[in-house]
Parts: sequence; structure tokens; C-alpha cells
Amino acid sequence: MTLTTILLFALLGAFLGLDVVSFPQAMFSRPIVASTLAGTLGGSASDGLLAGVFLEMMALETLPVGASRYPEWGTASVVGGALYVTRHGDATSALLFAMLGAMITAWVGGWSMYALRRLNGRWTKRALPALELGNARVVTWLQMRGLAADWVRSFVLTAIALALLAPLTAFAIANGHGDSARIRAVLVAVAASIAGSAAWKLSHGSRHGPWFFIGGLALGCAMLLHD
Amino acid sequence: MDTPDTRPLPFLTGLRIFVRMLALQSSWNYETMLGTGIGFSLEPALRALPGGRGGEPYHAALARETHYFNAHPYLAAVAVGALARVELDGAMQPAQIERFRIALCGPLGSVGDRLVWAGWLPFTVLVALLAYGLGAGPVLVVTLFLVLYNAGHVALRVWGLRTGWRHGMRVAGSLATPILRQGPEYLARAVMALCGLALPLASARILGRSDMPLAEAARRSVLGAHALVFLLLAIAALLGIALVKLHGRVDGWRVALLIVVLLALHSVAT
Repeated sequence: MTLTTILLFALLGAFLGLDVVSFPQAMFSRPIVASTLAGTLGGSASDGLLAGVFLEMMALETLPVGASRYPEWGTASVVGGALYVTRHGDATSALLFAMLGAMITAWVGGWSMYALRRLNGRWTKRALPALELGNARVVTWLQMRGLAADWVRSFVLTAIALALLAPLTAFAIANGHGDSARIRAVLVAVAASIAGSAAWKLSHGSRHGPWFFIGGLALGCAMLLHD
Repeated sequence: MDTPDTRPLPFLTGLRIFVRMLALQSSWNYETMLGTGIGFSLEPALRALPGGRGGEPYHAALARETHYFNAHPYLAAVAVGALARVELDGAMQPAQIERFRIALCGPLGSVGDRLVWAGWLPFTVLVALLAYGLGAGPVLVVTLFLVLYNAGHVALRVWGLRTGWRHGMRVAGSLATPILRQGPEYLARAVMALCGLALPLASARILGRSDMPLAEAARRSVLGAHALVFLLLAIAALLGIALVKLHGRVDGWRVALLIVVLLALHSVAT
């Protein structure tokens, strides 16, 4: 991956990372969108979507609830999509290592958001005297500084992740000898279990919720058998 | 019964507030949480206070509105609208406004989390996964998700701002609207049904016509070409049940990360 390519993906990661919390939280940062956009940038929207579907299933249990610390899937999905579409070698091995790269980035991204929130807290504390005077400039400055810092966080995270993970992924794909069909099967089973358990945890308490799940599953399986 | 004030929020002021609310969480922190964002969003409305931007009421109100506040970011629009109204009406003492702000935090947080994060978001994600499972391409999947999700997102923010402005300090009653009260329950059922429907179809599309030997015997059975999908769904169900049982102790994505690391190591080592 060339420096220009990394910078282009980092720019995309910066805007999508900003969407996670800071602006505008319109869910451009969801993996199914972010990874597809990265795929489009890298030359294959379909490949980006495939990586995005996997990551989306894994991210379904992550609720961006205010004060909780959670993996940051926006930049991570750009990294995952980028690693997958710029692959050289076996597609399934590339998918495995792209997923691994994305998940590690999501983990680090969660920590970087925590650090940013602490930093915002320090800036706000320092600005308290001006805030108590109702200084509108300081209020705007705090918001803009938070936005800019989040943009920089996302840009740097995407760039570093790609710079480190792209050569590692290429090396791993070149030296990987796993059975492609088996790797894909394990990834599907893992992603489906995370998505299914996430939906269950969120919604099983609803009236007749489990029956709705079973009904949907029966219909889905019947459609497959009919296919 | 209280009659809501029908005085409209000036269009340009409302637009400025709406745009600023999109950046409500820019300076989110563990001390004041959304506080600065609330002050930032409200500021265009406060310019209408006596004396304008240079007046004492403006500065006092802005200082008050940057204090601690926490709520769901979309439903915070209700608070922004209501606080704009009470600040401009000038009928409440500063201490009352502070108490009113704090009283809004809990309901706007819990209702928003249930309606949006635990309801609308997974619902729209599963609609997108279902579209993928049914064979939709990247443009359709992404467009469907973004349009559907943001129709709800934008509508909720606009409704919140208008409702808050209309009802002012009596806004709490508007949270009893059927969509906010019963919406999460209906969405939860839809999420369960969609999850059951989308997972087999999306899994089948990802796998395609796999030639994995493990499924060979099953493929010759009554289950046919999708035998592998059913086999994997059974395995996924077992892992999913374990994750549900371990809810609160283990995060699913951490388990997934561990499995993916082991799979990657196995792939390189063999």
C-alpha cells in the first residue's frame, strides 16, 4: 500500500471516525457503510460490502451509550475494508486478516476515544471560569477543538493502523496455508453468533420476542430450502 | 389541561440550533458530559434575550446552560427546545431552570437509549443485512440503511426541538407519546423477527456454494445445497447461547477477537 493510498484511506477514516460521536452521528460510521465506502475507494465496493457485513454482525452488540467505553468501529471498518480490497493473494485469507486488523483497530479506537474524552474534560475544566461568565467564544472554541481533535484522532489512527497492518497482512496472506472454505465458515459462524446473541440480549424481553425470532428464523431457513 | 404555546420558533434560529445539535457531543467529557454542547446548541436562541449578545441575561443563561447535562444525543433536542423556551419566557428563576435541566436528563437518556440504540439502530442494520442476504448490491444496501436510519434520526431531532419549544417547562408530558412509550416494544419484536430472517440469508450469501468437505455428507441429505449454512447456524446458535448466558461478564466481540486470532495463528502456523 503506497503512502498516497494510506493517506486517502486515512482521510476517509477521519470523516467516518468523526461521525461515531462528534458529528453528525448519522451512522456513516457503521461498518456496513464505512467498509463499503473504503471498498469503493480501493476499487471494489462489493468486496468492501462483504467485509462490512462481517464487521456489522460483530458490531451489532456495541451500543454507543454515552459514558460507556466501547470499540470504535468507524475507523476500524475503513481499515478492514481497505486491507481486504487492496489484498494480493487468497481472498479468504485476506478476509481473515482484514477482520483481525479491523477488530484490533476497533479496540485501540475505543481507548483513543476514552483518551479524547479525558482531554476534552481537561480543556473544559481549564475553561470553567470563562464558561461561568457565559463566554460564547469559549463555548464555540471548546466544541470546535473537540471536533478537530476527534478528526485528528481518527486520521492518525487509520493511518497508523494501515501503515502497520498492511505489510503484516500481506506477509500473513503470503505465508498462510489455511483451508479457505473452513476459514470462511468459521468467520460466518462467529459473526452470526455475535449478531444473534446481540439481538437476543437487546430484545428477548419484549412480549413474545423469542417467538418472533423463531418465526423469522423458520422463514429464513424455508427461503433457503426453497432456493 | 395545559394548552401548549403555539408561538413558533423563528425558522433561522431553529435551523441554526438544528445544525449545532448535530455537533452536540463534540466536546463530550466525563465531567460535564453534554453540558457544553447544550449551551452551544442553545446559543442562537439566547441572542433574543433582552440586551442581545452583550446583555447580562444572555451571559447568565449561557453560563447556566453549559453546566452538567446528560441525555441521549437525539432526544436532547427536546431539552434544547424546552430550555430555549423557558430561558426566553423568563418566567422561571435560575435555580428552577437548573432543577428543570437536571430533571430532564434521566427520562431523555433512558427513553432515547431504548428507542434508538436498542431499537431503531439494530432494526435498520438488520434491514440492510436482510437486503444483502436477498442479493442487493452495495449501492442499494448502503442507501437503504442510510435513508431509513436517518429518516428516523432527523425526524426525532426535529420533533424533539419543536415539542420542547412548544411545551417548555411542561415538556415531560410529551414523553408519554405512543411512539416513545410503545415504539421500543414494537421495534424489539421487529428486531427479533428480522434477526431470525436475515442471519441465514446473509450467511448463505457470504458462503456461496462452498465446497467444504465437512458439509459433503450433509449436502447429500434433504437439506441440499445450503447444508453448510444450517450446520454453521447450529454452531452459531450454541456459541450465541453461551454468549447470552455470559451476558455482562464477557463481550461478544472479545470472544470473536480471540477466535479470529487463533484462526489466524493456525492459518500461518500450518
